Amino acid sequence: MISVSINGEARHFDMPISVATLLEQMQLGGKRIALERNGEIVPRGQFTQQMLSDGDKLEIVVAVGGG
Amino acid sequence: MSNDNLIIAGKSYNSRLLVGTGKYKDFAETKAAIEASGAEIITIAIRRSNIGQNPNEPSLLEILPPSKYTLLPNTAGCYSADDAVRTLRLARELLDGHSLVKLEVLGDPQSLYPNVVETLAAAKTLVAEGFQVMVYTSDDPIIAKQLEDIGCVAIMPLASLIGSGMGILNPWNLQLIMERVQVPVIVDAGVGTASDAAIAMELGCHGVLMNTAIAAAKNPVLMAQAMKKAVEAGREAFLSGRMPKKLYSATPSSPTNGLIGKP
Repeated sequence: MISVSINGEARHFDMPISVATLLEQMQLGGKRIALERNGEIVPRGQFTQQMLSDGDKLEIVVAVGGG
Repeated sequence: MSNDNLIIAGKSYNSRLLVGTGKYKDFAETKAAIEASGAEIITIAIRRSNIGQNPNEPSLLEILPPSKYTLLPNTAGCYSADDAVRTLRLARELLDGHSLVKLEVLGDPQSLYPNVVETLAAAKTLVAEGFQVMVYTSDDPIIAKQLEDIGCVAIMPLASLIGSGMGILNPWNLQLIMERVQVPVIVDAGVGTASDAAIAMELGCHGVLMNTAIAAAKNPVLMAQAMKKAVEAGREAFLSGRMPKKLYSATPSSPTNGLIGKP
């Protein structure tokens, strides 16, 4: 099992999954988001290749209203 | 007025009013107010996607598409250079490589006063990474010049504190900044009503950025229209060269001869 922090919340997965699979599970597939993994940007084109590792810290962001 | 466009980082804009997209009651009101403002550059914030939020909810970028507006992602809420830089790297990825950004690094949560030390550090990093940085800062002319020297494409001093609606509290400092920097100076924060925006423009500022003044008005769409007119009126007044102020005038507006009842 691997544990991953996603936007500050701990999530557990039985087996390693890709970033793309994670986004599908979160119903964010195809949505306009940006993703940072352990402080580094993961380009959209790498979502299918990059597999999550135990202890990863992910930040997934969207655009919202702001001044 | 033709040929009086606002030029930022080599790109030309018709409107000198820049607006934020926060604090509106819903997307419909956001869209209506922004359309009424005539603004072409609109700020957005970058936030964690809400785990468990309704996936069918429309997103802000569907309401305000990048094809129609120049989106200016901000770093509102960041209190360190590191957080601000990370936020804008995410924004650039989110917006397909878009490099024009609004940097703001705050100093304390009560006043939202900028932390200029962290702002300078973040600006250096961002400019080195190819961002075009429009920077929110205090109205300190020395810091403003340093931010320009770092390579920021617009200096955006506060007129008064964020969300305060207190208006232009120190026009003299704004003038000191404008005398010292070559890049556009855009008043960011503090405007409360249309006359504040007009005063900023009459002082010679190149633009005004506001959010709360429109969003927190009882009728935001009407205030957005007012702000559009105020910015245009203030700009034209600045360009026209106002008459000098004097305590009284010895020359009335009407002719001094031809009056009846004289011998």
